[in-house]
Amino acid sequence: MLREDRPNKVQPVEARSDAVGTAESRAARFTFVQRVLREAGIGIALLLMIFVFASLAPHFTDESNITNILTQVTINLIMATGMTFVILIGGIDLSVGSILAFAAMVAGLVLKSETLPVPAAIALAVLTSITVGMVCGLVNGFIVSFWSVPSFIVTLGMLNVARGAALEVTNARTLFEFPNEFNAFGTATFLGAPAIFLVALVLVAIGWAVLTRTVFGRLIYAIGNNEEAVRLSGHNTFFYKVAVFVISGLTVGIGAIVYMARLTIASPILGSGFELNAIAAVIIGGTSLNGGRGSLIGTFLGACLIGVLADGLILMGVGDFVRQMITGGVIILAVIVDSYRAKLAERTR
Amino acid sequence: MPLNSKPDALLLELKGLTKRFPGVVALNAVDLSLAPGEIHALVGENGAGKSTLIKLLCGSYVPDAGEMQFDGAPYRPESPLDALKAGIRVVYQEFSLLPYLSVAENLLFDSLPRRYGLLVDYRKLHERARALLERVGLDVDPQTPVEHLGVAQCQLLEIGKALSFASRLLILDEPTATLTPREIGRLFGIIRDLRASGVTVIYVSHHLNEIFDLCDAVTVLRNGRRMVSLPVAATSPPEIVHLMVGRELEAALATHRTAAEPAPGPAALRVQDLRFRGNPHGISFTLCYGEIVGLAGLVGSGRTETLRAIFGADFRDGGEIYRHERRVRFDNPRDAVKHGVCLLTENRKEEGLVLPMPVRVNVTLTDLSRISQGGLLNARTEKTIAQKWVAELDMRIASLEQAAINLSGGNQQKLVMAKWLFRNAEVLMLDEPTRGIDVGAKAEIQDLLRRLAAAGKSILVVSSEVPELVALCDRILVLWRGQLAGEVQRQEATEERILSLACGESIAGAGAPSRNINEGHSHAQGRSPE
Repeated sequence: MLREDRPNKVQPVEARSDAVGTAESRAARFTFVQRVLREAGIGIALLLMIFVFASLAPHFTDESNITNILTQVTINLIMATGMTFVILIGGIDLSVGSILAFAAMVAGLVLKSETLPVPAAIALAVLTSITVGMVCGLVNGFIVSFWSVPSFIVTLGMLNVARGAALEVTNARTLFEFPNEFNAFGTATFLGAPAIFLVALVLVAIGWAVLTRTVFGRLIYAIGNNEEAVRLSGHNTFFYKVAVFVISGLTVGIGAIVYMARLTIASPILGSGFELNAIAAVIIGGTSLNGGRGSLIGTFLGACLIGVLADGLILMGVGDFVRQMITGGVIILAVIVDSYRAKLAERTR
Repeated sequence: MPLNSKPDALLLELKGLTKRFPGVVALNAVDLSLAPGEIHALVGENGAGKSTLIKLLCGSYVPDAGEMQFDGAPYRPESPLDALKAGIRVVYQEFSLLPYLSVAENLLFDSLPRRYGLLVDYRKLHERARALLERVGLDVDPQTPVEHLGVAQCQLLEIGKALSFASRLLILDEPTATLTPREIGRLFGIIRDLRASGVTVIYVSHHLNEIFDLCDAVTVLRNGRRMVSLPVAATSPPEIVHLMVGRELEAALATHRTAAEPAPGPAALRVQDLRFRGNPHGISFTLCYGEIVGLAGLVGSGRTETLRAIFGADFRDGGEIYRHERRVRFDNPRDAVKHGVCLLTENRKEEGLVLPMPVRVNVTLTDLSRISQGGLLNARTEKTIAQKWVAELDMRIASLEQAAINLSGGNQQKLVMAKWLFRNAEVLMLDEPTRGIDVGAKAEIQDLLRRLAAAGKSILVVSSEVPELVALCDRILVLWRGQLAGEVQRQEATEERILSLACGESIAGAGAPSRNINEGHSHAQGRSPE
């Protein structure tokens, strides 16, 4: 449309083509190296850790231990997947642990229903758990976006509300004696790996595809970087800001089912502190707490790193308390590395 | 006369200073010598390396090669603190004020007067602040919180802040962009006083008339290289422009529309009694296809507010908007964009672009449906489209993956235009599209607007540079305190006429504006040869 009417083009494109060509390849190479470094840093740390534990910790490489690690990582990985969406848009969700307990209690009641045939009860329980999670997420997201309140405060409130609700559902009783078919899922293996871990892997894969390959994911990143610019470009930012909390709730609902199947019980005190593990996995994975930068692959590696670290330290006979201190140190270290990386990016601008 | 005991010794000497960034050499073996008590102008297009040079001097960047000598000793600043200690002070284009603290606290933040070593001595603080305010000619109460000040007042405050500190080298980066002629005159007086007391000043500006008025010498940078350093007396504005741009600017500017102008097309957008928030007056006007309409007015007259209210970016108190003579509701930017109306805001960095993301992403941000099927992005289509717009607008970038933050001001502005042209916007509202952009890029943007109008777009431009509006627009609407003071056709458009309307002379008679006039001084560049 424009090209025909431009006799006075200030400088022809062709005149600069060589200069641009070399500069382009250099810049492209640089961003590639940068990207590899960003994701590889945590991967290298994980490999190093595995190598150290494999040579120092007894039985670390046993098949049963590897299965154990994968099982331990599963719940955190599921929760951290949803958390990545929330943090990428510049928010935080502190309520995931409590919502997990609430969803588990409601789903537990459905599972124990005597009027329903077992398969129907299980299907309904899964549906219920996911619904509870998503509704809590919707409430979080709506309040955060509609009144523009910090998600930190809103989800801190929800942390208490959902925990109270979880206790209220059964009056603080623990539910157990679920159908055997349901409990079997918690220990089932598929192709040699725990089935529940595969559930987590599928979730991560779907989440990764959504974030990197869809319009939805593109806008999550864009809003995380500059919400006002996205709004002024004609997008409904409200929708996306609510949606990430609903996604977080969805993963919590799935996490509740998986966790119940593994433990074969549902207790209202389930999942306390899970929010911090999930946030730690996301941060160690290199996602910026300011939003807009990071990836689910990083989160996956971050969750694995936390799991491997905990398991390896146990095998080496490190006590519970010291283990907690070390895990905390790793989180702080990850944030320091991230800030160093950000500074490096600024310097090379 | 300089007080320095060694009058012929240099204050600052740069040798082969080089700074590389991925894909570009921002500063390439630059030499520069500054004598004590010299006012030295630094000019060049955006991206020429001025900011990089300043950041090297003040310790924000570390050079890749080259040496700096300050006051006869090697100077290697590792941080801005080192620069401050050496006596180098910078007044940046972007303000570094603390909005919730008072004017006085901001002025003397680095050296608050104390009592008993702990408590702030507010009496002394306000006394000193008042003296500094008087010196820069800023008439505000030292206790006012900075958030209540206008842009021009903030600029004067920044200058006052720099004066609170006895520096050897003062670097001023575009200090006059928001000031009125009277304030500029006073600023020049202050700078000359500083020169008389031996302070060296580096003066960065796009306005050549200021440089020839004020400075002793001028250094021209282009593409990271020093083209020349000359005494001002030995050169002329056309020569400097030629050195900066490296091509004849006249060729770019000569594309001004010919007399045989086609009549404007049908009405594209009509605004009826629009009242932006807090404005009791209604504003009405019509935009037609194929014409460029200017919106002039003083700072605070409601130009930006009008555009934002039409676009739905801010709430309105009332008014109707008609698109193709059909009533439409623009409750938010989404509605406006859906109807082919777009706004390029005055802050392209904060509101126009997603700075950390690649050029490619910024181009396609306005209409992701066209680069996706069923919500899935098509990377190849996106790349092709982005490539097309980069070429179409002649953007100079290293790669489509380059983050928008690394582009020069002119290229960023083109990027914002690209994203709206990609969206097929038919009505383009632009707020200060050429602010902070160098001469060459400015001409290109103006040229682009003309071509867009010729291609049938309807364009509304807000600009503080009246000569630019006169050269660019078919007609100019003038705002005064939230009301339409008048409309000037192209044939009768002169700076004097527009300014008199903007000062409210047609409405209030004696209504002398209390707000700042920032359109008063003429600009040596950006003015059409007309």
